[in-house]
Amino acid sequence: MSLLRRRRSTEFIPAADRYPVEPLAGALLEVTDIRTHFETSRGLVRAVDGVSFSLERGKTLGIVGESGSGKSVLSRSVMGLLPKNGVVRSGSIRFEGRDTSQLAPDDQRKLWGTQMSMVFQDPMTSLNPVMKIGNQITEPLLYHLDISKSFARETAVSLLSSVGIPEPERRMKQYPHEMSGGMRQRVMIAIAIACGPKLLFADEPTTALDVTVQAQILDLLQAQQRERFMAMILVTHDLGVVAGRTDEIAVMYAGKIVEKAPTRTLFSQMRMPYTEALMHSIPKLSNPSHTRLNVIPGRPPDLVSPPKGCNFSPRCPYVQDKCRKEEPPLVRAEAAGHEYACWFPAGTPQGRAALERNVVAGAMSGVTAETVRVGTTPIGGGIKSGTTTTAPSTEGST
Amino acid sequence: MAGSGTAHLRDPADTLLRVENLVVEFSAGRNRKVHAVSDVSFDVMEGETLGLVGESGCGKSTTGRAVMQLPHPTSGKVEFEGVDLASLSGEELRRTRTRLQMIFQDPISSLNPRRRVRDLVAEGLNIWNIGDDASRDAKVREVLDAVGIDPDAAGPRRPHEFSGGQCQRISIARAVVTDPRLIICDEPVSALDVSVQAQIINLLEDMKARYGLTMIFIAHDLAVVKNISDRVAVMYLGKLCEVGNPEEIYAAPAHPYTAALLSAIPVPDPLVRPREIPGVGGEIPSPLAPPSGCRFRTRCPRATEVCAEQEPIMREVQPNHFVACHFPIAPA
Ligand SMILES: Nc1ncnc2c1ncn2[C@@H]1O[C@H](COP(=O)(O)OP(=O)(O)OP(=O)(O)O)[C@@H](O)[C@H]1O
Ligand SMILES: Nc1ncnc2c1ncn2[C@@H]1O[C@H](COP(=O)(O)OP(=O)(O)O)[C@@H](O)[C@H]1O
Ligand code: SF4
Ligand code: SF4
Ligand SMILES: [Mg+2]
Ligand SMILES: [Mg+2]
Repeated sequence: MSLLRRRRSTEFIPAADRYPVEPLAGALLEVTDIRTHFETSRGLVRAVDGVSFSLERGKTLGIVGESGSGKSVLSRSVMGLLPKNGVVRSGSIRFEGRDTSQLAPDDQRKLWGTQMSMVFQDPMTSLNPVMKIGNQITEPLLYHLDISKSFARETAVSLLSSVGIPEPERRMKQYPHEMSGGMRQRVMIAIAIACGPKLLFADEPTTALDVTVQAQILDLLQAQQRERFMAMILVTHDLGVVAGRTDEIAVMYAGKIVEKAPTRTLFSQMRMPYTEALMHSIPKLSNPSHTRLNVIPGRPPDLVSPPKGCNFSPRCPYVQDKCRKEEPPLVRAEAAGHEYACWFPAGTPQGRAALERNVVAGAMSGVTAETVRVGTTPIGGGIKSGTTTTAPSTEGST
Repeated sequence: MAGSGTAHLRDPADTLLRVENLVVEFSAGRNRKVHAVSDVSFDVMEGETLGLVGESGCGKSTTGRAVMQLPHPTSGKVEFEGVDLASLSGEELRRTRTRLQMIFQDPISSLNPRRRVRDLVAEGLNIWNIGDDASRDAKVREVLDAVGIDPDAAGPRRPHEFSGGQCQRISIARAVVTDPRLIICDEPVSALDVSVQAQIINLLEDMKARYGLTMIFIAHDLAVVKNISDRVAVMYLGKLCEVGNPEEIYAAPAHPYTAALLSAIPVPDPLVRPREIPGVGGEIPSPLAPPSGCRFRTRCPRATEVCAEQEPIMREVQPNHFVACHFPIAPA
């Protein structure tokens, strides 16, 4: 059993009191039509291209998608972590009803320092290697909250123990390299929750960890979230990770949300062929050995010159002429809160008819999805970096 | 020691590769040693795929490299095609490598960035002077084509112009070009997106059928390993825990570590609550000072004093299902 299960945390949760809070009903976070484009030598990289969603207090939103689909850029856009230069952005981000771009710089700092915080994939690069763990936790506390040094220390110790770190007093004096990957991620979580945020971003928080440790860290995030009534955005490429641990899931493809639904609805009634293809390409434990996997041919589009019409059309088994000409808008499905962007949605009569037409046409031309050749065009994605692609020296490739 | 024994080995006459009591230790200075692989035995039959699974640092790659004699193991025997590889001279050993190939995890950095795809793939043929120019060229085209890379378009280009999935295809072409009998794939899909991972897994299955390959498939993802393997070996901290056929092991894991691994896998189905079965706490201990007795005992929910004192030895619990544990989980 993880320590977390045994230890109930009783520690003080600091209120980030100086940030002007409006006791509002309604969504905690409201993102409307945000676009984040990067200027590069190859042209404009449309990393995030018109994304809208909202998140209620205490809820968890999962964001899934292949490498390079824009998950991290989306998180960074909301977190105010974009580079200063070479970025073109638009759209609005409202937190507790207030437009974050309209806040005074001081309030912005307060917002990003205390109200929203982030856990990254690689704790080693986000922790300071030459600073003791203890100081790394007390620093933001002292900066953002009006508390004494000794109280900050006490708080840090109790935070460490609440994230399941044994002997927290001793660990306070250690450096990151003296800890395992799982321990470091626990420290990152302690830092992220230190100022009592209302929203926690977790960008691939367990991708670098082993499966047994991954389960521990996901449990920890969930427990902390419940205890503190935080909203959480869990970014991952692993549909397994989001399936059991989110209220809602947004699927991203080429900088856009292509399907969004309450978690159970998404898995039982997926409409977007991309979501379906992603699901089907995962090897399942319940399948017998040597089960042929369904593949998505090709790879995600180049975000500098995305295809005309639907971004998924070059890879989609349902594709029709219309898809190559007109971009499908995000529309509501029957189920509450379910939206998707597709002209011939899976699981509908139109979708079935489209798929059938393609199967017949494919049989005639001898082309099946799997025989589509790769290697004739220069690169796109493919590597599951799970890391945050910041400065793409390789020109838009991920 | 923890988790040794050879009860799971089959008749040497039937196996292409037989590894007995493999030990690999690295010096870590000040008289300390990394016990990376400690008395591991396994075998692979012709045409079989053995899946080697375990968490990072448990010794999977070291085992794979020790089979290749990269470097020579500290002790133990590696018999390939009935020949003890340790007995071979440097030249003979290098020659063996045309029949015993390895594919690595990081597809891009494992290819020399300065060389063209065509030359990278032809390397094995050129080193051993296999065939004449024309037949070599034809062979390179054939294998590139087989892995789904257009030889004309891709041949003159260099690795950095390709995606991770494409580089992995090129590595596979490179490995099969010398007509090997056994390929050791060390986490060949771990760095890839799920969609590309599926493409590469299917490709490896095709290559196996087409070139009559035998494979050792190393991975940390149990679902991936199950999908591709005929036999699975679960590894923990330099030791084997459990060996058997994948259906049986996954349906009824007998070793507490296998059970913990299986319960920790996130299932892509929201109706399955995560962690219904209790997982394990803690993390893998340091291989500098592995626990006495059973190496899993510090995290094992079933551990007793016996586990600290005596190393469990591999034994058969069901036909063709072997486990190294004093208190294996009985099938339900
Ligand atoms: N600073 C930047 N300048 C230019 N392009 C960028 C920059 N940061 C990211 N990009 C590009 O934006 C796209 C989306 O990247 P992002 O990091 O959000 O992907 P991701 O979905 O998080 O992928 P992964 O799963 O690999 O983490 C990529 O094409 C990437 O190369
Ligand atoms: N060249 C080396 N020198 C010292 N220690 C090593 C070396 N190679 C591997 N190790 C150690 O041996 C153990 C097993 O490593 P490895 O075989 O790479 O594990 P896996 O492939 O299962 O992740 C680890 O503790 C690792 O740090
Ligand atoms: S709009 Fe057309 S191409 Fe796009 S996902 Fe739907 S069917 Fe496929
Ligand atoms: S029961 Fe004992 S021997 Fe078996 S895995 Fe646990 S610690 Fe090892
Ligand atoms: Mg990312
Ligand atoms: Mg390895």
